Amino acid sequence: MSKVHVTTSINGDSTEYLCDPRETLLDVLRDQLNLTGAKEGCGTGDCGACSVTMDDRLVCSCLVLGVEAEGKEIKTVEGIAEGETLHPLQRKFIEHAALQCGVCTPGILIAAKSLLEKNPDPTETEVRYWLAGNLCRCTGYDKIIRAVMDAAAEMREAA
Amino acid sequence: MSVAKPLPHDAAKLHVTGTARYIDDIPVPADCLHLAFGLSTIAKGRITAMDLDAVRNSPGVVDVLTADDLPAENDVSPSIHDEPLLSDGSVHYLGQPLFLVAATSHRAARVAASKGDVTYDEEEALLTVEAALQANSRFEDGPRIYSKGDAAAAIDGAARMVEGSFDLGGQEHFYLESQAAMAMPQESGDVLVASSTQHPTEIQHKVADGLGVPMHSVRVETRRMGGGFGGKESQGNALAVSCAIVAVKTGRAAKMRYDRDDDMVITGKRHAFKISYRAGFDEEGHLQGVEFLHLVNCGWAQDLSLPVADRAMLHADNAYAIPAIRIESHRLKTNLQSFTAYRGFGGPQGMVGIERVMDHVAHDLGIDPVELRKRNYYDAPDNRVRADNTTPYGQEVIDFELHGMTDKLLDTSNYATRKAEIAEWNAKNDRLKRGIAFSPVKFGISFTLTHLNQAGALVHIYQDGSVHLNHGGTEMGQGLFQKVAQVAASRFGIGMHLVKITATDTAKVPNTSATAASSGADLNGMAVKVACDTLRDRMAAYLSEQHQCDAASVRFEGGNVHVGENVIPFEKAAAQCYQGRISLSATGFYKTPKLKWDRIKGEGRPFFYFSYGAAITEVVTDKLTGEYRILRTDILHDAGATLNPVLDIGQVEGAYVQGAGWLTTEELVWNDKGRLATHAPSTYKIPACSDRPDVFNVDLWDGKNREDTIYRSKAVGEPPFNLGISAWLALSDAVGAYGDAYPAINAPATSEEVWRSIRRVSDGV
Repeated sequence: MSKVHVTTSINGDSTEYLCDPRETLLDVLRDQLNLTGAKEGCGTGDCGACSVTMDDRLVCSCLVLGVEAEGKEIKTVEGIAEGETLHPLQRKFIEHAALQCGVCTPGILIAAKSLLEKNPDPTETEVRYWLAGNLCRCTGYDKIIRAVMDAAAEMREAA
Repeated sequence: MSVAKPLPHDAAKLHVTGTARYIDDIPVPADCLHLAFGLSTIAKGRITAMDLDAVRNSPGVVDVLTADDLPAENDVSPSIHDEPLLSDGSVHYLGQPLFLVAATSHRAARVAASKGDVTYDEEEALLTVEAALQANSRFEDGPRIYSKGDAAAAIDGAARMVEGSFDLGGQEHFYLESQAAMAMPQESGDVLVASSTQHPTEIQHKVADGLGVPMHSVRVETRRMGGGFGGKESQGNALAVSCAIVAVKTGRAAKMRYDRDDDMVITGKRHAFKISYRAGFDEEGHLQGVEFLHLVNCGWAQDLSLPVADRAMLHADNAYAIPAIRIESHRLKTNLQSFTAYRGFGGPQGMVGIERVMDHVAHDLGIDPVELRKRNYYDAPDNRVRADNTTPYGQEVIDFELHGMTDKLLDTSNYATRKAEIAEWNAKNDRLKRGIAFSPVKFGISFTLTHLNQAGALVHIYQDGSVHLNHGGTEMGQGLFQKVAQVAASRFGIGMHLVKITATDTAKVPNTSATAASSGADLNGMAVKVACDTLRDRMAAYLSEQHQCDAASVRFEGGNVHVGENVIPFEKAAAQCYQGRISLSATGFYKTPKLKWDRIKGEGRPFFYFSYGAAITEVVTDKLTGEYRILRTDILHDAGATLNPVLDIGQVEGAYVQGAGWLTTEELVWNDKGRLATHAPSTYKIPACSDRPDVFNVDLWDGKNREDTIYRSKAVGEPPFNLGISAWLALSDAVGAYGDAYPAINAPATSEEVWRSIRRVSDGV
């Protein structure tokens, strides 16, 4: 099958790639662009480990085709920090020990960031249900919720 | 000192920036091959023909291997050589690897692997423990029986008796990173393997056997796993061996990772049990005799099933001094995935058995279940009342912490008031009922295969004072690397920034045991301490000679070495020792003392010590749908003198949720042909963020290990998994509020099972 030329923006950088029309955005990110932060946990959109945003919409990159990124803005975990300066969510995840094996962490950070952009002052229940599509097998979620709530508070203060 | 500080996970910054490398993230050479297995589509039978032309002709395929193409031993079993890498013509479960495809991409390999044309002579599969028992299909020649006293006579002579039987389902590990390995060919037929494994030495061993080379020709490296939970103790063998064989055969790097569905269909899970019990007791609830029958579903290959089933028997007493007990365990061979290690390693199944008995006895007598449990506890070390505090296997319980822990948890959780309030609330509500339950944990620490209780470490100090740390333990998210690095930094009295944590590597520390049985920090922490102390002694001897003082007075603290009146920065001290031609590299070795165990007789001291925990869970159930929620959980857990409280609490929280998941929403379903229907997160329900208890209070017990472990800490990986039993018991309590009969709830208590139990209790159907 002939490859398709795609022009897109990834973490603010304009990017071009050739991809098989059957290839997922996740595979393009990981195998072609060497952005391995997004993980394949299930490949069926059920675990959230591959979460990225496309034009600020939270998506499972395993359910998006590489060709669909044409003309869109893609954001991944690699773009959350500004250089060496970590985003408040990243700092709070470290501070609250909200990670163990780390495979779900990139997806959860992307999902949490997406929530806080829509709703800077979420209730705990809103955080829990927003993140219900991101599975974590290690932590039991408690520290994740605390980290998101704490980051939200800090970001509100800074805003 | 770094020990006991709440430092974050060693790779935390890499994780939040997406830069931590797992196997599938390691850059590969452009010509790297990707592998996939062709899987059986029947559960039992013989292959009569295997036409793989379509596989070979599929785009991107470079090679296709069957059992006949393997260079040496066709086996990936960790125990009795009964697990062929590729089918030898016989099929033992649906999903068994039959052939191996090497292709230019992961997708090309998977697409090709689905094109095999295999015909079978199908036989009737054994899919349940009942069918296997009837067919006498089992591992070992007969059941194992551990006993103490005459349980049957004690039960028959008791004032009261309960009996019952229930199903206890298995559990998928669902590590977020599926199984993965990569092999890179080296000169002269050697191979370097990167593997997501809890047991690099076993990978090295099986790869060497699979290639027909000595172990010294194979080097295995494991930096981290994306979760393990026991599922990467033996289940990674097939991938690593396949990669090594293809790499050596083709001269190209080879990588294999299971797609999630393949992972769930191919690999083993927690053993499912059917447990029957009979218990005799007096009117006050003192147990006098208990009998258990464990029917253990081991699946098609032996794997680690014998020690798993043994550990279930060794936890059949949990926290209770039972005067007479008999545990009969049948290790049954069925045509399902080969059930394997999973956090707790059989212990949770054994514990669920006795906690079910306690629940049933409390219901029968109408007394408070916590009071009943306390009456049957082993004695506290400082308050010996019973004549006999030995376990059913003859180990005396000398470190029992649960009296104090139980009282404290009842107090902090406000149990008595809430229990009364719940009863009142339930009396006013017909549709919704709340339930509350307590469960204690006493978990034995040590591998029951005594020789595994050993560990090695390798520590270098470079001339700039930086330290390179290596040991046999593996990092799967639990924070082991950080805890052990804290030990090293503490021994040298230096900051954590001077200690480099490095990947587990069979070329640095050989003959390691799996990072399993919660032993990681206990064993490797001690081995690292020994290595560090050797280096300290060498440095102290040299520096004291230089400065004319007593070597024993040299102290390592605050980043300095104190030699007589001189305070030398550690970096400078290292440089001086190097110039003085002092060896700054040392190995450390540790073996757990005091162990003696005969698994056939069921006698001895299999455990160095016990870890304890206690949990109280409150739930609410819905009569019409069987749906439920966990409202609140309170936990007090014993990690001894913790090496790192934040990592240990993280283990406790995660373990509780995983344990509760096992007994509530996580249901494995096979159809009548042996096909796993729950083969992805779409159909297999692990707890999500929204399932976390609404209120979740977790604390560590302020105590020290009474045995001489690393800084008097206790193992923390598996014990808290068992705290999840309180969620299952809380559901039993809530269901019991719908009527008078005992709920006799099965596990997992899915909404369907809760709904059925409510109907049994309220309508007698």
